[in-house]
Amino acid sequence: MKKNKSVLLSAPYILWMVIFTLIPLCVVLYYALTDVETGAFSVKNMENLVLYLPAFWRSILYSLVSALICLVIGYPVAYYMAHCSPTAQKFLYMLVMLPMCMSFLLRTLAWVGLLQDTGIINNFLDMLGLPRLSLIRTPGAVILGMVYNYLPYMILPLYSIIVKIDHRLIEAAEDLGCNGVQVFARVVLPLSMPGILSGITMVFVPAVSTFYISNKLGSTDIVLIGDIIERQFKQGDNANMGAALSLLLMILVFVCTGIMNRFGGDEEGGVPV
Amino acid sequence: MRKANRIITILIFIFLYAPMAVLILASFNTGKDITQFEGFTFMRYVEVFQDRSLLTLLGNSLIISILSSAIATVFGTFSAVGIQRLGPKMRKTVMGLTNIPMTNPDIVTGISLSLLFVFVGSKMLGQRNSLTFWTLLIAHITFNLPYVILNVMPKLQQMDNSLVEAAMDLGCTPTQSFFKVTLPEIMPGIISGAIMSFTMSLDDFVISYFVTGLDFITLPVEIYNYTKKQLQPKIYAMFTMLFLLIFVLMVVMNLLQLRQEKADRARKGG
Repeated sequence: MKKNKSVLLSAPYILWMVIFTLIPLCVVLYYALTDVETGAFSVKNMENLVLYLPAFWRSILYSLVSALICLVIGYPVAYYMAHCSPTAQKFLYMLVMLPMCMSFLLRTLAWVGLLQDTGIINNFLDMLGLPRLSLIRTPGAVILGMVYNYLPYMILPLYSIIVKIDHRLIEAAEDLGCNGVQVFARVVLPLSMPGILSGITMVFVPAVSTFYISNKLGSTDIVLIGDIIERQFKQGDNANMGAALSLLLMILVFVCTGIMNRFGGDEEGGVPV
Repeated sequence: MRKANRIITILIFIFLYAPMAVLILASFNTGKDITQFEGFTFMRYVEVFQDRSLLTLLGNSLIISILSSAIATVFGTFSAVGIQRLGPKMRKTVMGLTNIPMTNPDIVTGISLSLLFVFVGSKMLGQRNSLTFWTLLIAHITFNLPYVILNVMPKLQQMDNSLVEAAMDLGCTPTQSFFKVTLPEIMPGIISGAIMSFTMSLDDFVISYFVTGLDFITLPVEIYNYTKKQLQPKIYAMFTMLFLLIFVLMVVMNLLQLRQEKADRARKGG
């Protein structure tokens, strides 16, 4: 009797989530399949998706590269953190989290100030008598922006997995004659796999859909899919085309996270918080 | 090896904090350009407090984030208790539903909600202005709920169910046993869910950008509008103050947690 009653507590939530997550996605589908002017059923938007494939590929490429860079530079940090004293761990964790709470718009804008042709880095090079570099409006600047913004999303899940690794396993491997590299490759790395996979997902998803970073740090010909979607809604007034693009982006992200979860064998969906 | 990791860690922290240092420095600059430090001034901080519209925007952001995280925390906690009691199949479906806003890119969540509001508002209700304070609040509650659920559910699963049974055997009604036994037990999960959804909501730009109307704008959305033109330096002063505030809050939270842990250890030891 009591059991039945408390089950009912979940009903408003299910209703809320259906209305505000499932139905909106159906509305996106509806817009994607209707014509912008007449409002009649049309597959024109779906056909036009082909035009935007280069931007899709570019977004995927840039965000994959960013995720890999985040992994390579984030892993040593997470590893170092996990082997500090508990107090230091707490403090470092806080320092990694803090940038996530600050406006990413302004932080990205600071990079513009650092990288632009008359920016802080170039002024510094000038002072040293070195030639100026053209840093901004390059693919590298966009990837840098992605790495900078989403690095904490890599470090935190990695740290929370590495810190749980049983130290006796490492000692056992050492006793059995593994050297440092072998211990890392055969014990530590496989055990940190869940953290690696969720870190990659957590960097990839926001990076592939960003529009502000490429807008500020990229050149006009580095257009990412997020830029195009934003323009369709906020400037181009073709919400229907934008809906079709969003739909494709969503499918892409769900396929990618699905693959990641399959690798990780994580049943509950594995978002470490 | 450890030495190398230490150096990398230091470099990464410099990388993470350098842009923020640039912004903080810019808040004391007499010049408007972020790249040229012309002279030292506190004027920017005075300007923040003189600017009514800036304070209103900050107020709007606080209203939305406090309201949405409070509603999501209460709603989410009760829902988690209900979800916990569902059968395994149904529970998996509901958790799948919970993961949709977590997995979906923010831009898709924002667009799907804005299309829903516009569709219902203009096509079904015939309103001209379908994006309002209320739609913004609904959007924030929607993306905050999963954070609460995902923080509370593990605590509920870890909880020893015999405690609830004991309370009922001793004469508690189910409601009493929830408030006297379950709630204190899952409190850490509720608090971290509340804090997480509050900060997510306070700093949210992408979803708000798509669902916000003209009559109620939050700070991050207006900052985006500012960044299209020349940014006023008082924004940097505001950034610096928010940075300090969040830093102090985090340090205090950490210290409280450390003290709590010490107390727990002493209690267990004694």
